[in-house]
Formats: sequence, structure tokens, C-alpha cells
Amino acid sequence: MNDFEAPILTVKRLRKQFGNGCGKCHELDESKLEKNYCPMCGTIYACRDISFDVYKGEILGVVGESGSGKSTMMQCLYFDQPVTSGEVFLQGYKDGSDNLFKQSAQQQRYIRNHWLGKVYQNPIYGLKMNFSSIGNIAEKLIAAGNRDVESMINRAKELLTHVNIPLFRMKEPPHNFSGGMQQRVQIAKALSNNPPILLLDEITTGLDLSVQANVLDLIKQIQRELNISMIVVSHDLAVIRMLADRTIVMLNGRIVETGLTDQILEDPQHPYTQQLVYSLL
Amino acid sequence: MKIKYNYAYFDEGSKREIRRAMLKAVAIPGYQVPFASREMPIGRGWGTGGLQLTLSLIGKDDTLKVIDQGSDESVNAVNIKNLIAKTTGVDLTDDTESASLIQSRHRIPEIPLNSDQILILQVPIPEPLRTVEASEFTTKRLHAENEYSGAWLMLFEQIIKYGQMSTGADHPVVVADRYVMAPSPIPRFDNPKMNQSKALILLGAGREKKVYAIPPYTRVVSLAFNDYPFQVEGFKDKTCRLCGAEGVYMDEIIDDNSETASYQCNDASFCLMRLNGGN
Amino acid sequence: MGYVAVKGGTLAIDESIKRLKFERLKNQTVLNVKDIEGGMRGLIDTVMSESSLYNRESAAIAIKQAEGSVEEAVFLLRAYRSTLPRKHYSNTIDTQNMHVERRISSCFKDIQGGQILGAAYDYTHRLIDFSLDDEYLDDVKAWLTEFEARQGGVEQSDICLNQLPKVTEYLRQEGLISSYEDDDNEPVDITKKNLEFPTVRSERLQMLSRGQTGAVTSLGYAALRGYGDLHPTVGELRVGNVEVYIDNPLGDGNYHDCFYLGQLQITEVETYVARSTNNNTDNSQLQLEIGYGACFGQNETKSIAMSMLDLCLETDNPKYPTQDEEFVLFHIDSVESTGFISHLKLPHYVTFKSKLDSVRKTRDKEGAGNED
Repeated sequence: MNDFEAPILTVKRLRKQFGNGCGKCHELDESKLEKNYCPMCGTIYACRDISFDVYKGEILGVVGESGSGKSTMMQCLYFDQPVTSGEVFLQGYKDGSDNLFKQSAQQQRYIRNHWLGKVYQNPIYGLKMNFSSIGNIAEKLIAAGNRDVESMINRAKELLTHVNIPLFRMKEPPHNFSGGMQQRVQIAKALSNNPPILLLDEITTGLDLSVQANVLDLIKQIQRELNISMIVVSHDLAVIRMLADRTIVMLNGRIVETGLTDQILEDPQHPYTQQLVYSLL
Repeated sequence: MKIKYNYAYFDEGSKREIRRAMLKAVAIPGYQVPFASREMPIGRGWGTGGLQLTLSLIGKDDTLKVIDQGSDESVNAVNIKNLIAKTTGVDLTDDTESASLIQSRHRIPEIPLNSDQILILQVPIPEPLRTVEASEFTTKRLHAENEYSGAWLMLFEQIIKYGQMSTGADHPVVVADRYVMAPSPIPRFDNPKMNQSKALILLGAGREKKVYAIPPYTRVVSLAFNDYPFQVEGFKDKTCRLCGAEGVYMDEIIDDNSETASYQCNDASFCLMRLNGGN
Repeated sequence: MGYVAVKGGTLAIDESIKRLKFERLKNQTVLNVKDIEGGMRGLIDTVMSESSLYNRESAAIAIKQAEGSVEEAVFLLRAYRSTLPRKHYSNTIDTQNMHVERRISSCFKDIQGGQILGAAYDYTHRLIDFSLDDEYLDDVKAWLTEFEARQGGVEQSDICLNQLPKVTEYLRQEGLISSYEDDDNEPVDITKKNLEFPTVRSERLQMLSRGQTGAVTSLGYAALRGYGDLHPTVGELRVGNVEVYIDNPLGDGNYHDCFYLGQLQITEVETYVARSTNNNTDNSQLQLEIGYGACFGQNETKSIAMSMLDLCLETDNPKYPTQDEEFVLFHIDSVESTGFISHLKLPHYVTFKSKLDSVRKTRDKEGAGNED
């Protein structure tokens, strides 16, 4: 398989549980669990054997209701949370066969700074609210080793312009901005080191419709120009429809359906997907 | 009930423990080594860290100099000198060149030190990342993971706000290309003296219970950006009103009568030496 | 020019020290250390507790030297403690064997062994007694004689004051308090090893026990008022004497082969809160958890506050500052907090000059009209 066809990111059997498990549930036997939860010991199986690939330049959509495990999965991929078990491989990192979850904390920071970018649903997690917006972007550049103020300022200005934040506000802390603007600062920050992979976690949830449309347009534009691979998580099928080339559907911690977005929308197979699609206005 | 104190106040066991911590610090330049800091007869914040290091190192053949803000006669310096003299009987001196041990608060002497001397600096806050991160648990991990973007970010924000870095004293440094360290509140003017120093430099924080070190001939670089280099305080065109020296750190004295400022060497023994015909 | 030397500093300090002595002596009052030891029990208890050194005579001397300043007296004793060689650790003290002088429980109206009020200010009316200005030794002796004679007439109970069962044991038998496994791990000695985060319980309890009374009390109060998750009840408060033993250093570890060193008076508090546990079923259960407070001498407020902070710091999920162990443990030590604050009185002109330099530079730049 040549490089062109190999996926840029491969996730294998990612598992994340909260709680210690017990005799009854650790086999992950469907019949013993209520949704993703064990009534005997209270353990929650947030992610159960999640496996998927992301190819270069594509947008992978992840759709599911709250509690499906999609945000937990994103947290694991960005090392915000440790996984219970599983593997993830990055083409181009070492020789593509080292499990990122087993790398040292230093290495994981390195990967976060050079290979990944993440935009959180709540900007508080992605930004330092008391530092200037330009400082927030510079933080990522500094973490990647940049020691040149002018070049960082220029790059930050470039990014802020790209996301339509007026430059006269660049010294203000994001604390002062509207929700939509905060998201755009996050996007600028996430893109600052030209990461090959961008993780977007419910980034438009809670924003006004017009603002949502704005942010989504921006994402599409970025993707066209920079050919970045993205994983977009949303519970809103309309967002997925607009952005994603391929989609996976999650329910109770499992992937229940995957395929081309168009196909899934036109001909959903799994009953849950059907429910989702038919309720889409 | 009469108490008899051991030589240099501490019992030998304590001295040994503190020396071990110092050895570890020398082995890992710039790394903060925790130690069980004892209460001393002078207040926390008044140099108990430096004092414990000095007392653990000092011996009958040593000659001790103690300065505070560059002065041998300052309150803090006299206090510490008296305590050490009372419990050791060692020779005291104001002359930098004849001292084997120099304990100092907030300054490095103007005269370059040699390899037979040890400089001990008093440190209030040993953690350079404390202003970005309040938690000790987190800062320890950041040091372990070589994650110092917070320190640079702080300087970046200053540049954005003021057009230049605006740290006063205690401008952070990178030691041996690995640990970022707080050099203690010495003026920026003194940071370069730490680089490739012939003398061993030890830094003690009593209240925070940390000791760290810069072994001789270690590379010490003040944090700066490529296009915003590190700048020391400027004393351009200023000369000392007493001895005429230039290019040294000076105190600003406001004259009662003329209400103008004049300047005077901060390093008092350096100034005296010049006045008495030396250099 | 002749030899120039500046000696002003030393002279000024010597004079200051003499002046301080003058302040202490100017009224020509020669305080008798025995008076302090005999009549200032409360002050001595506070000072012993904060300096973590149990010795009434030394505490009394320190109080005399410090003219009654608690901050100074604790400082003197801690510095003294630093010079003492540490040769032994005592055996574990089981407070069940305390020779109880006072023992109450808020949890139950009546407890096995009874509510023993003992000597406490709780039941007095805080009305200043100006007649104390006129107290004479003869009257004191007469009162004491009468008091001691009374004891014979009061109904003797058959309760053994050094075998009073703990209220906690009773609750434990009912299964309301979790049982625990014996933990024989050596406690950490924080005077020999720096605190490391996350801390273990022995570190926290030591820091709290020798914490400044005001600081510990305030934080306990904050926890109670809303900056904490607590609704506590005092299960048992004891004040009394415990015996201290050390193993024979040359012996073979035989339990009976130990030396008796003496007695300490301590205050001990066990406080309960109800906390939920997840117990193998869908429903949470409530369980009683114990917060522990103990101090040298009779220090009831501090011990209760300590027990509450012990509970606050046991949480995994800090929401309030009283649950943040770095916030609490780093700021309650008297010598450290007073030392650092008072260090601000030291000259800082070099650092200040440095700061002035920066301030001036940024203003110059602005004056030059260069805003991005």
C-alpha cells in the first residue's frame, strides 16, 4: 500500500471506561449492560472497541447523541484523558507503527504541538482566557519551538485575518469576545503549526445559526485551501452533512455504522441511524 | 537550663543531609532539589535557605562575606553575619577577593569570582513558572516534561503589551540547555555573570524548601527571543559620584537639596576598594 | 583620601536590640517564668502546639522573651527545636487509654461513660472579672483547700477514666463507619522530609496540627460556612493525658520491653460527616467518615477545625479552596507565613530599581509614539 492510499491516522480498538468493572460486565457482554453502563458496579463503558481510519485530506464525521462516547474518544485522541486500552498510529510519526497512547508524556506533548490541533466545544478548555488572543496563538507556536517574536506576530495576524477576527482586537483577551469569535480564535490557534490533523469537537453547538453557518464555511474553506485531514464530532446531522466526506455513527460507545456521508443519509442501515436520518428536517 | 550549640548551629546529621541535597543539585544543574529546610533563628524570607547552605558548608578555615542589596552593612547582612560568627568563629571580611564563601541577597558582586570561591544566593520564590501556574504539583511535571512555553508566553505577552520584555529582577534563565531556573531577584544586570562562572553558585530557598545550583563553567542563558534580545538595566553615561566607576550596577540617590538624582556603586565593597586605591 | 569604611549598619542594629530590651524592662516588671507557667496555660498550650515542641518550661521562657507575642514565641521554640538531636520515635499512642479530663460528644445525648464536662470556658459567662485585679495567695490557698475537700463528698462513679470506649467504636460495630485495614506504613516525618504533592494523610495531619491557630480556625470556618462541602458533627472531643513510651533501643522488640518517658496533655477530636459511597448497586449509600484532629495541650477550636480540614482534604475533586491541599497546607504555618510577610520590610531597592528601569523604558517607548 503506497503512502497515498495509507490512512494518515489509524485507531484500533480504543476502549475507555470509567470505573473498575466487575465480574459481570468486563466481558462487555451486551446483555449484561444497560446502554453503556453496568447496573451491578456502576462502571461506564464510554468507548468500546472503536476502530477507524482517517485518510489524508478527508473530513471524517462522527455523529451520535450525547453519551455516545464521541467526545470521550476525542479527548483520548488528544491525550486529554488516558485510554483504558487501544492503539492509535500516525503515518509519518516514527515509522507509523508506534502506538501513540504508549508514548512518554514528553512525546505526547510533542505530538500535540506538531501533529494535532483541537477545537473544543467550550473555549475555556482551548484558550487561556486571561492572555491576549495573539498570545494564545503564539503559545502553540512557542510550544513548537518558535523563538522569533516578529514571525509569530505575523503568523498570528495571518491566522486571525483568515478567521475574520479584526486585527485591532488582537491584544484583547478572548474573555471579551462573543462565543463565535472565541471559536474562531480557537481555530486560528489550532491551525497555527499547520497540523496535518484537526480535531473539532462540537464546535458550533450553542452558537447562533448565522454564526454557525459562518464557522462552518470557514472550516470548509480551510479544508479546501490547506488540505488538512479533520475529524468533526457533532450530534447535529446537518453539520455532518455539510462538512464530512465519510461518517461514523456512534451509539452507547460503539460504532454502529460507517460509510460515505451521502450513502448513510440516503440509505441508512442501522435502526438508530435510520431514526437519526428520518428525523433530519 | 543552658544550651550548648553545635559548631555552625546545626547538628552534624542535618548538615550532612543538606550537603547531600546540594550535591544532587550540582549534579543536575538548574533543577530544584527539595530538602527538609529547618527553622532558623532568623525569619523565613530573611535568608534561611542561604543560611542553611552556608552553615552546612562552612569550616574553621573559611572566610565569610555576607551582603544584602550589594551592601555589607545592610540590616539583613549584618544579622546573618553575626549569627554565623557567633556559632563558628570564622573570619569575616568585606573584601570580595579574600572571601571563600559569599552569601548574598539580590546581587552578584562586581568583581569576577574565582574557582576557590562559592557564592550562595538567597531565593524567595524558586519556581520560575509560579506566575503562570500556581500548583506545585503541575509545575513539577512541566519541568519534568521540558514544557516551558508558559515562561516564554509570559515574556511574549509583555512584548505585546509594552513593546519589550518588562521583567524587573529575577529574569528566568535556561541552565545547561535543559532546566529553566529562577536566578533569584538579582537585577538583569547580574544574569550574565552566572554564565561560565568560575565559582560554584548555590541557590537556597528556605521557606519553599528547595536548593539548586549552577556548577562552574555552565552555560546559563537568559530567556529571550531571537529578535528581542535580553537587555540589562542601563546605566549609560552614569558614573559613581564617590569613586567614578562606570559600567557597574548603581543605586539612585535622591539628593535632599537639589532634588536631582545622583548615582553610586551598589556594590559597596567594590566602591570602597576603588576609593582606597585598588583596581 | 584616608581609608573609608562604612560601619553604620552594625551600630544601628545593636542599638535597636538594646531598645527592644528596654521596651521589655522599662516598667521594671521582672516576670517570673513560674508565673507564666502557672497562670498562662492557654498561651502555653497555643505556643506548644504551633511550635510542635512539648515542654511547658521552654514555652514559658519563650513567652517571656517574646513579651507575650505568640508569633515570636513560636519562632523561638521552632528554632530551638531545630538544634535538638532526634534520636527516637515513640510508640504509637492509643488514645483509648487516655487519662481523660474532659470528654464530650455532640452526636448523642448520652454516651457510654458519660459526657464529662471537665474544665472548659464553654460553660462560663464571658464577663470580665475585675476582682481578679485583687487576688491574693491566701485566698487562693483557702479556695483550693475547700475545693479539694468537696471531692470526697461527691458521689464516686465506677467509671475508669482511662478506659473510656470511643464513640467511633460503637458506630463501627453497627457498620455505619467503614472498617479499615491496619496500615503499618511509617508515617512521613515532615520535619525531615519536604512535602510532596499529592500528599499522604500523615503529612497533612502533621501540617494541620502544627499550623497557626488563627489560620487553621479561619479555614475551618470557611469550610463550614459554604466554602466547603461539610455538614459535620463532633463525634467525640477528648482532653487528657496520654503516656509516651519508646522501645528499648537495645532490646529485641518485645512489646513489654519499653521505657516510659512521661505524659503529654493533648486534645483529640473525631468529627463525622455523611458521605455517599457507591456500593455495588445502582443506589448510593451514605456512610460516616471520620475527620481527625489532635494538638498538644488543650486547643479545642483548633482541633475541631483541623478535623474538618482533614475531611475537606480527603476529597478527590476539589471544588473549594479549602479542598485544595496546596492552598491549605502551604499557608497555615506560622513561621513561614509571618516570616515571608515580614521579609517585605527588608530592603528591596535593587529589585525595585530594576522594576523602575522597566517601567521607565516602556514609557519612553510610548513617548516616542510607537504603537503597533
